[in-house]
Amino acid sequence: MLTKRIIPCLDIKNGRTVKGVNFVDLRDAGDPVELAKQYADYGADELVFLDISATLEGRATTLDMVLHVAEQVNIPFTVGGGISSVADVDALLQCGADKVSINSSAVKRPELVNELSNKFGSQCVVVAIDAKQVDGNWKVHLAGGSIPTEIDLFQWAKEVEQRGAGEILFTSMNHDGTKNGFANEALAKLSEELNIPIIASGGAGNVQHFIDTFKDGKSDAALAASVFHFGEIPIPELKKELKKNHIEVRL
Amino acid sequence: MKLVIINYGAGNIKSIQFAFKRLGVDAILSNDADVIKSADKIVFPGVGEASSAMKMLKESGLDKLIPTLKQPVLGICLGMQLLCKSTEEGHTKGVGIFQTDVKRFDSNVKVPQMGWNVIKDLKSDLFKGIKENEYMYLVHSYYAEHCNETIAKTDYGINYASALKHENFYGVQFHPEKSSTAGARILQNFLDL
Repeated sequence: MLTKRIIPCLDIKNGRTVKGVNFVDLRDAGDPVELAKQYADYGADELVFLDISATLEGRATTLDMVLHVAEQVNIPFTVGGGISSVADVDALLQCGADKVSINSSAVKRPELVNELSNKFGSQCVVVAIDAKQVDGNWKVHLAGGSIPTEIDLFQWAKEVEQRGAGEILFTSMNHDGTKNGFANEALAKLSEELNIPIIASGGAGNVQHFIDTFKDGKSDAALAASVFHFGEIPIPELKKELKKNHIEVRL
Repeated sequence: MKLVIINYGAGNIKSIQFAFKRLGVDAILSNDADVIKSADKIVFPGVGEASSAMKMLKESGLDKLIPTLKQPVLGICLGMQLLCKSTEEGHTKGVGIFQTDVKRFDSNVKVPQMGWNVIKDLKSDLFKGIKENEYMYLVHSYYAEHCNETIAKTDYGINYASALKHENFYGVQFHPEKSSTAGARILQNFLDL
């Protein structure tokens, strides 16, 4: 059976991981390669690197980092952040990234999704959607959630599926950072209305939240950052608990 | 060991090259017939869309070269699918090494299949040291129909061939280069054939 995936997300700036990472046995917690290797050893199923470099030099350094991750890590990884063209994606894939994640640039120019899936295949195009529920309606937000739009989450998700997205990474801004659990109602609706995998993001605080998002939220994968980085939820234990709860995972 | 990864423009081959490098083998990337013919082992990769990949293969004459190869050849993902008789993707005729056809998954499952699934009924030296129901990483929307050349099976809505073998030709639907230590073992087994 296809297993549910556990995906740690690392923020990258100028080729280094940022936001505190609190792992034991790491020589250098800021080194994305070392962290990625450790996560792979712990049983992470995939990794996501989010590039938050603001400058061109920073992005160039990220490419170099991607190359080093690909050299040394034997599980798949996605790179997101600041991608807005076929050339951007080409450069990342050439360095060994398996998938790319696009967000605001797809909203600004939806044809980008078609262009990328036609050129590189749907399997490497993840469309990330940040949305916030306002008066019962889920509205897409841009630029890391700072700019609201009138676009409906579910309509947008369906549109990008039709345009060739291979996967949706949905972050609920209402849940992100709360550690109160994932947006399972919206996730289940996405999973039912779309026929591509859905990654849940935003709200992970404890093991039960992962159980709930796979059962109630019908998510195919769950992404989290701080609970993994600070060792609050060790991935091997998380996966054992999921298995106990009859959720298929790779052990 | 002269290992050549056929480089015909279809997809990301860096990961495969790196995976072999982790095993201590520097692979040569090439689409040159003489270089390919002189290899001890050949990897035929592929990511992307079948009809355009097949077109690139034809343009470089590799579609004619591949069936003449006598060394062990490992097709990975789309590479394996292109070695089949045909694929529904872009209604494309394949190289025709494996006597099976490639179909699209039904919409009773999410397409693409993306993630880790198990391989079972393992039947080849390629899987030496690999246990039944080992997890492999898969990303694909099309699958090869089970046939008597099947050497591994996977379930995803349907039971399909996740690996095939015909004489010196091997094909795997999963990505051994991305399938952790078990995947690395399969690549090592290929080198050891």
